Amino acid sequence: MRILLTISLWLFASGAFALDAATVNKLGFGDGDEKIAAIAALVAEGDPAAAALLQAATDGELQTAGKLVLIVKGEEAVNAATGAKVTPLPEEREDVILNNRVRRELGGAMAALKLISPDRATRLAAAKELTGNADQAMLPLIKKALASETDAGVKQLLELTQATLELKTGTKESRIAAVRTLGLSTNPNTKMLLLGILEKSKEGGYAEPDEDIRIEAQKSLKALEGRLAWGERAGVLFTSVSLGSILLLAALGLAITYGLMGVINMAHGELIMVGAYTTYVVQNLFKRTDFFDWYLLAAVPASFIAAAAVGMALERLVIRWLYGRPLETLLATWGISLMLIQTVRTIFGAQNVQVENPAFMSGGMELLTGVVMPWSRIVIICFAGAVLVGMWLLLTKTRLGLFVRAVTQNRPMASCVGVPTARVDTWAFGLGSGIAGLAGCALSQIGNVGPDLGQSYIVDSFMVVVLGGVGQLAGTVYAALGLGFANKLLEAWQGAVLAKIAVLVFIIFFIQKRPQGMFALRGRALDA
Amino acid sequence: MTGGISRRLYGPRGWAILALFCVAVFGVMPVLNLAVPADSPFHVSAYWVTLLGKIMCYAIVAVAMDLVWGYAGILSLGHGLFFALGGYSFGMYLMRQIGSDGQYRQPMPDFMVFLDWKEFPWQWWNSDSFWWCAMLVIVVPGLLAYVFGYFAFRSRVKGVYLSIITQALTFAAMLLFFRNATGFGGNNGFTDFRRILDIPIATPQTRMALFAITGATLIGTLLLARWLTTSRFGRVLAAIRDAEQRVMFCGYDTVHYKLFVWTLSAVICGVAGALYVPQVGIINPGEMSPANSIEIAIWVAVGGRGTLIGPLIGAGLVNGAKSYFTQAFPEYWLFALGLIFILVTLFLPQGVMGFLGKKK
Amino acid sequence: MSISATTATGEGGSLGRVAREGLDSTHGVVLYMEDISVSFDGFKALNKLSLSIDIGELRCVIGPNGAGKTTMMDVITGKTRPDEGTVYFGQTIDLTRLSEAQISTAGIGRKFQKPTIFEHHSVFENLELSMKADKRVRKTLFSSLSSAQKDSIAETLKTIRLNDSADRVAGLLSHGQKQWLEIGMLLMQEPRLLLLDEPVAGMSDDETERTGELFLSLAGKHSLVVVEHDMAFVEKIARKITVLHEGGVLAEGSMSEVQNDPKVIEVYLGR
Ligand SMILES: Nc1ncnc2c1ncn2[C@@H]1O[C@H](COP(=O)(O)OP(=O)(O)O)[C@@H](O)[C@H]1O
Ligand SMILES: [Mg+2]
Repeated sequence: MRILLTISLWLFASGAFALDAATVNKLGFGDGDEKIAAIAALVAEGDPAAAALLQAATDGELQTAGKLVLIVKGEEAVNAATGAKVTPLPEEREDVILNNRVRRELGGAMAALKLISPDRATRLAAAKELTGNADQAMLPLIKKALASETDAGVKQLLELTQATLELKTGTKESRIAAVRTLGLSTNPNTKMLLLGILEKSKEGGYAEPDEDIRIEAQKSLKALEGRLAWGERAGVLFTSVSLGSILLLAALGLAITYGLMGVINMAHGELIMVGAYTTYVVQNLFKRTDFFDWYLLAAVPASFIAAAAVGMALERLVIRWLYGRPLETLLATWGISLMLIQTVRTIFGAQNVQVENPAFMSGGMELLTGVVMPWSRIVIICFAGAVLVGMWLLLTKTRLGLFVRAVTQNRPMASCVGVPTARVDTWAFGLGSGIAGLAGCALSQIGNVGPDLGQSYIVDSFMVVVLGGVGQLAGTVYAALGLGFANKLLEAWQGAVLAKIAVLVFIIFFIQKRPQGMFALRGRALDA
Repeated sequence: MTGGISRRLYGPRGWAILALFCVAVFGVMPVLNLAVPADSPFHVSAYWVTLLGKIMCYAIVAVAMDLVWGYAGILSLGHGLFFALGGYSFGMYLMRQIGSDGQYRQPMPDFMVFLDWKEFPWQWWNSDSFWWCAMLVIVVPGLLAYVFGYFAFRSRVKGVYLSIITQALTFAAMLLFFRNATGFGGNNGFTDFRRILDIPIATPQTRMALFAITGATLIGTLLLARWLTTSRFGRVLAAIRDAEQRVMFCGYDTVHYKLFVWTLSAVICGVAGALYVPQVGIINPGEMSPANSIEIAIWVAVGGRGTLIGPLIGAGLVNGAKSYFTQAFPEYWLFALGLIFILVTLFLPQGVMGFLGKKK
Repeated sequence: MSISATTATGEGGSLGRVAREGLDSTHGVVLYMEDISVSFDGFKALNKLSLSIDIGELRCVIGPNGAGKTTMMDVITGKTRPDEGTVYFGQTIDLTRLSEAQISTAGIGRKFQKPTIFEHHSVFENLELSMKADKRVRKTLFSSLSSAQKDSIAETLKTIRLNDSADRVAGLLSHGQKQWLEIGMLLMQEPRLLLLDEPVAGMSDDETERTGELFLSLAGKHSLVVVEHDMAFVEKIARKITVLHEGGVLAEGSMSEVQNDPKVIEVYLGR
């Protein structure tokens, strides 16, 4: 909208009018075909006056009075051909009727005219709009625009459009050049164009009689397909890594509580939910301030602390009494998860709540036409990496980490050498829970936040830990990424639900082959 | 010999309680529901018949669960799946019995008409035969349990690992049944039943008959389970729960033992599911949700593991409470259920039965 | 006791995979182990271990902690599969191909280092469950005790001196009693070969003494392999001793031979 406004302002500002009266009249009084011809002629002129006229036509400001074609704005009118003011306003006026066909033509024409706008963003948008729906009449204009174009991105798009048009009408040389240019594109639509050249007609001859062009087209097609395939692969790779990073975040906390400590915490998903709702609350607090875009800076530690606090309370009140009884722990923590779900429902309602991205996380990076990497996902991938590194450092480089490892490897021994095992349990559990909270904070940025959030991740995160092997951070990472890839690859092939089922079934069989996970420790301790 | 077995199963007091139960199910309930007029204070309404019938189905499941968890030490988080498979198997028959009385007045089930299917998918082959579907009720859960159990037990998956993958199994099945393409009505599942064996399903008589059959099945299940667990087989099971290695070194192939009781338990659940569907009048993929399966475990824990009668009572208590809460304070049921999970595991590891036993 | 006191050679030529009658002990040897290696994550717990046990022999196996004694038993009983090497029961039964249950049925009984009994069952039931019988599911479902079987249980109860505790829950027994119960369970299996991992650990002197007598009385009828740390006990019962060290056999011979072996002295003193 804003772009349109600037354009029209700019169009009006550069006011020297000198248009061919015949063309203007055709636009005013002609039938559909004549109007279209007139539009084409105006576009070919490619000067600001023509643009202003077309803009006026688009805005429904074009009227006729007797033999005059007028541009009427409120109480003022100008002669469409000369630009001279017409006073007084003629009484008898009629709107110029534009049917749909003409309107469509007009839309393309406007886009073409925007190509000569001084504003890069406008030109880029226009160039994009033209790819695929430009028509022959715009060719001269596009050529003109190309000659003066300096921006590489716009230029590339324009060349593509030019090639598309040249292909239909140009000389043999220009058509071969066009085919070559098309081969450089990354637009899936171009593929159709090239395929069209190579198509065989019904009589057995080729749609394109010239053999040289066909050979050239074949080459271009190959190059193009290669590039498209890469784009597609890059897209799958990205979504896989993205899903993997989400699974990783959801599972990392579990890797501590279940993997290292052996506590089977069915409320893990709900700790994720706690993190997500904490983010929601923090976001609401920031909404009234000017720092909304920075709310994540507060939400990240807040969600960690909130989930960790809940986790530590759980450990103290319930889990502590059930060490060594994994099946009972499973049931008790399930009970906790039910209560957490109900608590959230009571406080926030059963509906999903809205968590908004800060401005810097909306939008994305376009890799190729159609392959967009949203910033939010990119941020989450980095975030998952950071959490992983942080956790690794914490476990290997700090005293708490040393204690945790000591306690998990040999509890009686650790206790003998003075490690406060009970307190270490609580802190370690708090750490795992806090990481779940971080996962919730991240998930709130890309998905729905509702009371059932945790339930949808619990099966997945257990699968990651089980697959990765108990007590194995590296295993957890590989398993999360592996599951992310498997899911996305299968999804592309069979659809999301079947992909998920296939992955679950695969895991079920995998576990039977390697009950200790991918990175199994063959050990006596484990089969006790 | 029969005298020996009856003595082995229950003492005189046990048999007396069982006889009382029989009188209640086959005598008192039918009279109070069918013969006593509706305005009498002694009349038992259809609501209660359905509710108690439903709870008896759950009790059957609880006894089946106790066989695998209380005796063999296998905590299944996927028993809801076997229950639902039994329900769906029999539900197919009930759907066919609707005939052309559905909303679209077509011979196919409404959801198939809605999806514009022209013929029955292969899963529905012969589904208009009562006996075929009755066989599926047993074979489908049994076969799935057998295949799954064979792989799991053979590779010695046990404990929490096993629990988690049974949960994954039922989760996967739920996703599968949510799909319309799977051919079982997707989200909505089966409902709107009209007849069973060509008899209208919503009459008081049919309802009472289903109720009595459920009661008989419950008693049969209990006696069968009791017979199993008091045999040497039962002692081997309990030994596997306590020290599986030792049992193997005694020369028992524990895989077969676990497989047998696991499959049997799944079949019993399937039967319970088949009895549940005509009484409750609906089956949908929600029955396969992990939450449902884990609730079964809590019935058993509440009643007391490894007692058979305890889980039966536990199923009654928890589901009775659920019916009450979801009507009186719907928003607090999850709190109550969560608390039950926590308190029972923390303070009543032997369940109600253990509590009663200690007091005595 | 109903254990058949057979040391006869050349009994039964049939090659039934698990049938006890199939045990072919033509050369008077009940167990062969040859070049057994087992490694855990690169660590060699057994390293080309070779050992053979004669019919009716009572063999003591000693060695420092971590020498691989328990692992050796794991290999014999099928709990651990060797990376290399062969284990034969008699001349024909390849133990590396059998499951734990099949090995037990074939006639090998094992007592664990940590006593493992069925804590929630009564002493009587513990013995009943381990009794030699058809242990397939179908048979177990419909089995009941014959009077001969009851006698056999009563006799074993007497042997392990638990006849007063037959109906007690096994979990309530003292540590020494549990060890005895486990030995009793082995006897009920009527095995040809008994593997006993540290059987007198945690027993009183009196109990130890009686255990020694029991083992001596069993030798001849059965073959026994006893792993023990208690050198006094070993000295009392041992005829032939094998010393394991770092997964291999360090020395083998009578008590005095072993005691004077310089390699053994070095290992034990250098420890
Ligand atoms: N399952 C296992 N995983 C890893 N290491 C093992 C395992 N079993 C035994 N070991 C190692 O093999 C070595 C031999 O153990 P073991 O046979 O128990 O010795 P012993 O019984 O003679 O004391 C020890 O160092 C032990 O740590
Ligand atoms: Mg040892």
